[in-house]
Amino acid sequence: MTTETNSQDFETFSYDDKLTKMFVIATLIWGAVALFLGVWIAFELASYKLNLDLPWFTFGRLRPLHTNAAIFAFIGNAIFAGVYYSTQRLLKTRLASDLLGRIHFWGWQLIIVGAAITLPLGISSAKEYAELEWPLDILVAAIWVTFGINFFLTIQKRRERHIYVAIWFYIATIITVAVLYVVNNLAIPVSFMKSYSVFAGVQDALVQWWYGHNAVAFFLTTPFLGLMYYFIPKAINRPVYSYRLSIIHFWSLIFVYIWAGPHHLLYSTLPEWVQTLGVGFSIALWAPSWGGMINGLLTLRGAWDRVRREPILKFMATAVTFYGMSTFEGPLLSIKSVNSLAHFTDWIVGHVHSGTIGWNYMLTSGMIYFMVPKLWNTKLYSERLANIQFWSSTIGLLFYIVSMWAAGITQGLMWRAIDDTGKLVYKDFVETVDKIIPMYWLRAFGGTLVLIGFLILIYNVYKTIKNAPKDQVEEKFKALPLSAVPLDTHGGRHRKLEGLPLLFSVLAFLAILVGSVIELVPSLVSNQFIVMDARVKPYSALEVAGRDVYVREGCYTCHSQLVRPLIEDKLRYGRVSEAAEYVYDRPFQWGSRRIGPDLHRIGKKYGNIWHYRHMLNPREITPLSIMPNYPWLYKNKVKFEVLTKKLSVLAALGAPYSEEELKQAPAMAKAQAKLIIDELIADGVPEKMVNKEIIALIAYLQRLGVDMAEEKKDEVTSTK
Amino acid sequence: MESRLEILNILIPMALFLGSFFVFLFIWATKSGQYDDLDTPSKRMLLEDEVDLKE
Ligand code: HEC
Repeated sequence: MTTETNSQDFETFSYDDKLTKMFVIATLIWGAVALFLGVWIAFELASYKLNLDLPWFTFGRLRPLHTNAAIFAFIGNAIFAGVYYSTQRLLKTRLASDLLGRIHFWGWQLIIVGAAITLPLGISSAKEYAELEWPLDILVAAIWVTFGINFFLTIQKRRERHIYVAIWFYIATIITVAVLYVVNNLAIPVSFMKSYSVFAGVQDALVQWWYGHNAVAFFLTTPFLGLMYYFIPKAINRPVYSYRLSIIHFWSLIFVYIWAGPHHLLYSTLPEWVQTLGVGFSIALWAPSWGGMINGLLTLRGAWDRVRREPILKFMATAVTFYGMSTFEGPLLSIKSVNSLAHFTDWIVGHVHSGTIGWNYMLTSGMIYFMVPKLWNTKLYSERLANIQFWSSTIGLLFYIVSMWAAGITQGLMWRAIDDTGKLVYKDFVETVDKIIPMYWLRAFGGTLVLIGFLILIYNVYKTIKNAPKDQVEEKFKALPLSAVPLDTHGGRHRKLEGLPLLFSVLAFLAILVGSVIELVPSLVSNQFIVMDARVKPYSALEVAGRDVYVREGCYTCHSQLVRPLIEDKLRYGRVSEAAEYVYDRPFQWGSRRIGPDLHRIGKKYGNIWHYRHMLNPREITPLSIMPNYPWLYKNKVKFEVLTKKLSVLAALGAPYSEEELKQAPAMAKAQAKLIIDELIADGVPEKMVNKEIIALIAYLQRLGVDMAEEKKDEVTSTK
Repeated sequence: MESRLEILNILIPMALFLGSFFVFLFIWATKSGQYDDLDTPSKRMLLEDEVDLKE
């Protein structure tokens, strides 16, 4: 079935490559910032002094900035650059709207700047990789939707009927990230920059890790798989090894990925069956992931000499290899017995970086080396520098991964070491910290090599652009419109289906929701999983103020609040945590790492004066501690006035405060502070400290995990 | 807490509703011919668009 086409049937068009260029440059700038922050906080763990005793430099505040910058600023901009570049070419059309593209670009940069200001100030919702407060969350959602609209309109005006597999990966990304982000950040504002999560405790944990895991899946993985399926064939100029496999890869991956979130919550108070489901799907993920990796690597088969010679291919082949490695490690870490050793340790941190640096950073670098000369119509400034970057980054990454494996396994084994008499061998937690300090130095060194590599990339690109011809004209291309492209199958049916990309997207969106909903619904709604216990009472006004300090300082970046049902956890921390204990926790603060010890049973463990001295200078109490000093908590006053508002929001979300407690919140908080200071005065603490944040924080810490320690009274209720 | 149960009334029907779409999605993708040809798309993507030399 061939149709004669006249030359006048052809349409001329150009690509909006200016936008791609802007995103490439943003990638380079924010990449340097994100990596620098990573290196800085790595050194902070090796030497606590680098926290500088300044609030905005402490680990707890900079770590969220590092992760957000790496994911959303560096990798985010890289995704947009690659997606805009490849989509226009694959669909033979210019972007639907230059304007929407510009709004997307500047809006995204604005969000990043907002994050860079608010996170160091401690404005954080304390949910990992979703720390931005609600005004920025709304902006993220709006800009993301702008991106989505422009993208789908572009699909609709395409001149290529078949939607290449890369585009499918982009579609899944756009839709899923939108849903995940919105749901996880649902919160009720207290003020312009403070809100409380609508979910509490276990439910918040489940929503958060459903998001957290899928941020990895749909922000760091699916878009990059799309980019892989475009840039690798292009760079080597041969088709992907198996197109059929790529389609299978796509469908199986998106169907399976969405279920794996609970593997972040093994041995937690999450219902057992949800955990098991998460583990099952995590292990199942191994197959599609490796299918994709093999497909990527086999595309390069028989051309290994070129891979050895050409930096672009070198980066890409390495990226795919690391993708394979980390998707092997991931399912491994989800196996319960492995998880019990590795969870909360630095092994996880190593795992994450073999993904983000090995896979995302490497593919981004290869992609930039591929695009930049084409975009600026010139040649790469130096292949030699590209090679140096490659080696610096690869060696740096190996230092990183190996040191974190060693650190993680060491921690895990030391935490669980029990002698013949059934006692912990390393009773002092800090022993297990001190042991891995050398690993922290090695990791920081590895990270520095990666950063240096990236700076070389920036220089190389800078020189390349500088040497580019000054007058950059938009090239014109020609192609037949979709209506003139012959249909090869089904004849007339296609007419009807033509407007379907949009519909398809809506469907894919719904599809992903199914997995999520099925997994989330039971825990969100079924109260039988959370046996309410009458002994658990909401936090007092002062404790709420203290908890907000805990949230602001990002203590969760170093401390967990979850005693697992494992013998070593019980021996070290005390009674195993129960779901009922968290029902008033907004947000939940289980954390994902134990750089310091678990704090769920810290309440009443020490006297108030212990905490008073420890927070000011942890080394006065524990000489080997690497915890930052918090001198500003002894200067900042508690904002008593806002407590009524805060408690009202919490009450609206279900905390049973009485009218009296709401109205009198500031006064009651002051009264509680008075009790604490009265006790501290005996140890020489000046009375004027009574209204300082440290007192509120102490109140909160002393309350942690104590409610259910008291004898069970008769009136224990199980709601419904 | 009543508020949690209310979520159920929205989410369960949504799950069922979405579930059916899930199946529909598969059928659509294959039936509409997106996957009829799994050989040439991977080769066609390698071709650069034709430059328009008119100007
Ligand atoms: C850089 C990581 C880090 C950060 C951030 C951090 N801590 Fe720590 N924390 C530690 C380490 C390591 C220890 C163990 C050594 C010690 O006792 O100081 C510790 C110990 C503690 C202890 C004593 C626990 C016990 O059972 O003996 C408390 C309480 C504590 N931290 C509270 C906090 C609070 C509150 C914050 C936030 C304001 C915070 N920490 C932030 C690393 C950190």
